[in-house]
Amino acid sequence: MRHFETTQSDSKRGAIGQSKHHDSAIKQVCGSANYIDDNPEPAGCLHAYPVTAPFTSGIIKGVDTSKAQAIAGVKRIFSAKDVPGKIDIGPIFAGDLLLASDEIEFHHQPVLLVVADSYETARRAARLVEFDFQEQEATTDIETAIADKNWVRPPHALTRGDAQAAIAQAQHEINGEMHIGGQEHFYLEGQVAMAQPNGDGGIFVQCSTQHPTEVQHLIAKVLAQPFHFVTVEMRRMGGAFGGKETQAAPWACLAALASYHLNCAVKLRLARADDFRLTGKRHPFFNRYKVGFDEQGVIAGADIEVNGYCGYSPDLSDAIVDRAMFHADNAYYYPAAKISGHRCKVNTVSHTAFRGFGGPQGMMVAEQIVDDIAAALGKDPLTVRKANLYQQGRSTTPYHQEVEQHVLIDMIEQVEQQADYWQRKADIKAFNQTSPIIKKGLALTPVKFGISFTVQHLNQAGALVNVYSDGSIHLNHGGTEMGQGLNTKVAQVVAHAFGVELDKVGITATRTDKVPNTSPTAASSGTDLNGMAALNAANTIKARLTEFIAKHFSVEQASIRFCDNTVYHDKGELSFDELAGLAYLNRISLSSTGYYATPKIHYDREQAKGRPFFYYAHGVALAEVEVDTLTGENTVTRADILHDVGHSLNPALDIGQIEGAFVQGMGWLTTEDLVWNKQGQLASFNPATYKIPAIGDTPAEFNVSLYQSANPEASVFRSKAVGEPPFMLAISVWSAIRDAVSSVANYQCKPRLDTPATPERVLAAVQAAQAFSQADTSHSQAEPSQLNQSQHSQSLKAKKKDEEVTYE
Amino acid sequence: MIRFLVNDTPITLEECAPSLTVLDWLRTKVGKTGTKEGCATGDCGACTVLVGQYVNNASGERVWQYQAINSCLLLVGNAHGKHIVTVEALTEQLSPLVEATLDQLHPVQRAIVECHGSQCGFCTPGVVMSLMALYLNHENYPGKQTVIHALGGNLCRCTGYRPILDAAEKMYQYPRVERLWHSQMEQTEQHLNNSDSTPFLCTSLPDDSLADKQLPENQQRFFYLPQTAAELIALKNQYPEAQLVAGATDYAIELSQQLVQPQILISVSQATELSQLNITEDALEIGAALPYRQFVDTFCQEYPEAKELFERLGSEQVRSAGTLGGSLGNASPIGDPAPLLIALNATMELESSQGSRKIAVEDFFTGYRATVLAPDEVITKVIVPKRPAAMKLACHKVSKRLEDDISTVCLVLAVTLDAEHTQINLARCAMGGMAAVPARASHIEQALIGQPYVADSFTQAGAVVAQDFSPMSDVRASSDYRLTVSQNLLTRIGIEFCQAIAVTQIAANEAVLDSAPQSTSETLSAPAKLTTRISHASL
Repeated sequence: MRHFETTQSDSKRGAIGQSKHHDSAIKQVCGSANYIDDNPEPAGCLHAYPVTAPFTSGIIKGVDTSKAQAIAGVKRIFSAKDVPGKIDIGPIFAGDLLLASDEIEFHHQPVLLVVADSYETARRAARLVEFDFQEQEATTDIETAIADKNWVRPPHALTRGDAQAAIAQAQHEINGEMHIGGQEHFYLEGQVAMAQPNGDGGIFVQCSTQHPTEVQHLIAKVLAQPFHFVTVEMRRMGGAFGGKETQAAPWACLAALASYHLNCAVKLRLARADDFRLTGKRHPFFNRYKVGFDEQGVIAGADIEVNGYCGYSPDLSDAIVDRAMFHADNAYYYPAAKISGHRCKVNTVSHTAFRGFGGPQGMMVAEQIVDDIAAALGKDPLTVRKANLYQQGRSTTPYHQEVEQHVLIDMIEQVEQQADYWQRKADIKAFNQTSPIIKKGLALTPVKFGISFTVQHLNQAGALVNVYSDGSIHLNHGGTEMGQGLNTKVAQVVAHAFGVELDKVGITATRTDKVPNTSPTAASSGTDLNGMAALNAANTIKARLTEFIAKHFSVEQASIRFCDNTVYHDKGELSFDELAGLAYLNRISLSSTGYYATPKIHYDREQAKGRPFFYYAHGVALAEVEVDTLTGENTVTRADILHDVGHSLNPALDIGQIEGAFVQGMGWLTTEDLVWNKQGQLASFNPATYKIPAIGDTPAEFNVSLYQSANPEASVFRSKAVGEPPFMLAISVWSAIRDAVSSVANYQCKPRLDTPATPERVLAAVQAAQAFSQADTSHSQAEPSQLNQSQHSQSLKAKKKDEEVTYE
Repeated sequence: MIRFLVNDTPITLEECAPSLTVLDWLRTKVGKTGTKEGCATGDCGACTVLVGQYVNNASGERVWQYQAINSCLLLVGNAHGKHIVTVEALTEQLSPLVEATLDQLHPVQRAIVECHGSQCGFCTPGVVMSLMALYLNHENYPGKQTVIHALGGNLCRCTGYRPILDAAEKMYQYPRVERLWHSQMEQTEQHLNNSDSTPFLCTSLPDDSLADKQLPENQQRFFYLPQTAAELIALKNQYPEAQLVAGATDYAIELSQQLVQPQILISVSQATELSQLNITEDALEIGAALPYRQFVDTFCQEYPEAKELFERLGSEQVRSAGTLGGSLGNASPIGDPAPLLIALNATMELESSQGSRKIAVEDFFTGYRATVLAPDEVITKVIVPKRPAAMKLACHKVSKRLEDDISTVCLVLAVTLDAEHTQINLARCAMGGMAAVPARASHIEQALIGQPYVADSFTQAGAVVAQDFSPMSDVRASSDYRLTVSQNLLTRIGIEFCQAIAVTQIAANEAVLDSAPQSTSETLSAPAKLTTRISHASL
């Protein structure tokens, strides 16, 4: 495996490529990195808390607030009637009500807002509001929503060739289905916003949001004011992961509404259990597939249906289900494909963006398909995976974008060899033969993830760079810092452009009055977009300085170089600081905005054709697990990852993203179990019942390397986006668990394993494998080596023309 | 009035809400916002602080001992006499405006920065404090297993933990820094000693801006902190309706989540007699208010099989505050100590002004969250018999997550064999998570008694589990899963007791590879390599 060489980041390369620590790291370890709830409250600051509906679906007939009003300290209780402007804060499509008036569509839907002089009083009073209501039947399962064609947005499909015909003509055909669980973001800092009058006829809002511009716009609409009435500031978030893209807005709007009416500062912070109940999660999905393939496992055609549980409203579900469809091929070529997507309406909170944005749920189908084909043919899954990879001549996606970079072939080979896939596979089979209780599993899965917002206009960014006359630099851009190190990377870009040390660049809070009309920091795009915009701003200033130096010292522009905090030219050198002072005295503008719009991308959704992605990011993971066949408990004992970040801007931060994403993905697929009860209430509404990975869940052996290869597209210093793509490397864990379970039946069958693969679901799969074994003892006695070569197995059903899957 | 220390500042509180936690007090009353609220239920560790206690060490010297505690579960009243250390205290130079340099950071902090162990940074102060407790209590790197146990209660959603594990090792590579607040200690002790003569504490609470708005005027709430058992019993006699708390690791959640407002809280945590550990000829007598951390080692010398159960009970922060008296008194159907104590035939001592009585732990629970405890009674100690000859013990906990999770099923089986180890003479099997109370599995026991000591006897006994329990389906698992797993655990016990199978538990063969090479942040050119693992195995 090739590893990133930090030594190449010598002074000539400037700040780029160096493993600089996160810009807030020192403040964070000292406890002096402030998050919104840490800021001192302005005098007279009040606290707001939502009152939520105590039922899942139905009509509110009456509300009694008298007990809440009676509590000392309660200032006011607001309802939808108090909203001067728009009550619907749906980010793209209508449907998300700031406060419900009469109809309730999910349990704990906000109805009123209590404002009191303390956080606890507001919370306490909110619980004393009494409802008179009439319940209606709620839809909570997706099969019902599909059967009733109950969508939040219309269905959509990608088609290339005739999938049905290709499947029909193929030698083999299998089908399958799977439920995929959702995921709670569990950002450590919960939702919080504080709004206050700005003293000049406007409102100033601090909000933990990935999308300050949208918060600004929505508050303005709620208050029926122009956008300039509202300024939103965001310095840092205590984690977001997509959960603060749209989900931060309601609380900011409510705080602003109260501040608008009461003319004072108002803070709203959700307690953790309410954060669980009131904010959207990763969409659970229900996927079905039918696929035709040949004797070698090469896919001829795929007919795939992905169904997202969207919750009660559209939110971002159109684009999320689209991205699931765009990734239902993962890294595999489908010569003919039909990929349809449904946005199912169910009576839960509206599900939303979460790292990968539907991509992971789509990729699960592809990985299930290749695993199932391998099981059906008795082949090793890696062989089938490699046979189906995109490659020269087999490179058109179901949405007609050409895959131009084929590094996965090389990347898989590297992991296969250096992590010793085949020997370990043999060792594991031998171990499993003699270990009756504990079974090991091994799986290698690739990731190919499309980079760009699929909503084209979001692929733009702005930045503001000020050079002060002492040579210190002030950087501001439209992206938001949620822990990923975006500010550090963008500062590295600017420092590199000016050839100065990183500490020359001061990083400041994202504000809507500094850089306007920004896109959310999402879709892994933060550095690609904002880094480029900041580079453009810096280059504008640098061009002015270059022109000035040429004139001032009568030197050739071409001879001027900015590096090592110094500016060199034909006739000498001066420090960057001196240059800044000199330029100021000579009346050269030292401030510039910068702008960037991603080139090349276009997509016609009507035709489902185009190039939605500027480029793809790639990764390969090899996971080894152990499964306890008595309890279903499982653990990852080793993970080897090779990931493609192009030319890394900051290897340490990139590795941090990869490791963090992988472990978060493991959590999604294993322990993180969202449970709604029969009444439609979220039953796993706190960290006592919803388990994200803890420190002992980190793979016992965890090898992460960066694949060294420049981005062929002209991205910022040829780097690649890294936020989301490594999340899906964790699919290797799910596949490895299935491999271990399959060993119970001597690899003769591979039972379905819905996710999260909790001990209970794994044990059920183990029992299915045991039942298969017992039903077919002749196979269970076969040697694994024979099975490996066998071209026939019990689970591969003879082809029947009349065997059609009906999806609708 | 209570006195305690926060960092180097002596604090005297005349009054505060009895339900106020140290977390809320730090954040809202004194502006120490370095300590974060992630969940307020003791599950995430973001609010971890150090709590120092002035105790006699093994050689009889008075020393300060520090433990990591969730400040969201630490009631301010319970902080009396303690030294609370927050993240703000660790760095020598701390201008509010100018960031510290790397050299000014404490090794714990510096290691996190240099290993890239913080991303969003919200969990970081808690991680720093948990590592700090580790640093203070271990002069040298104690190995990954210990690190994992120390940090199992600190959730991080960003890093995947690998750099935090690296930091735990790297912090020992800098010159060792002793506590920075040492210089203040003399003054501190003096401050705290002022209150030594207080017979018990009454924190009276007139209207407090944080909590008590809706109380009628003049209605006060009280927090009593009796210093002796006699004071405690007298108080409970006087206020039988009062809520008892010890470490409050469960009750503080009722306060912060259900927003309950008890009028009178009596904390047993500082009643001397309840915090003692006595080893008699035939038993361990564990004070009801003694935190787990302070008796588990002794317990496990007698019953090493229980070690994993204790290591997986809550988190380090919870084990440093939680007590047996709290767990039993709370009467949760899934508190892990109860099945263990029942299987070991432990008894409890209950005391009131009428006198004391002993009751078997298995007879203590009368129904869901109900016990035989009379309103004026308190649990004073738990008496665990010493190990009988020829006893075999198995403790199993099944949960979704290994660390800091509540049991789906907890099963403890103690069998006593005949002299030849060929026959099972006695069996006590108790389970949690299977019924409204932790309870014995009498059918399983009967199925074992008199049977040959072979694996098959256990498998067959497992088959009758449905006669003992009809468990619920809930957020943790279905009824079927609970029954199947209980049955399978009996099979496992049979195999582990009677057969020589190399591996019976996941990751058991991944013995902690502490000697394996570790990368540090300076060698990123090599793969960021991590070799560490929980050992799921019993010891």
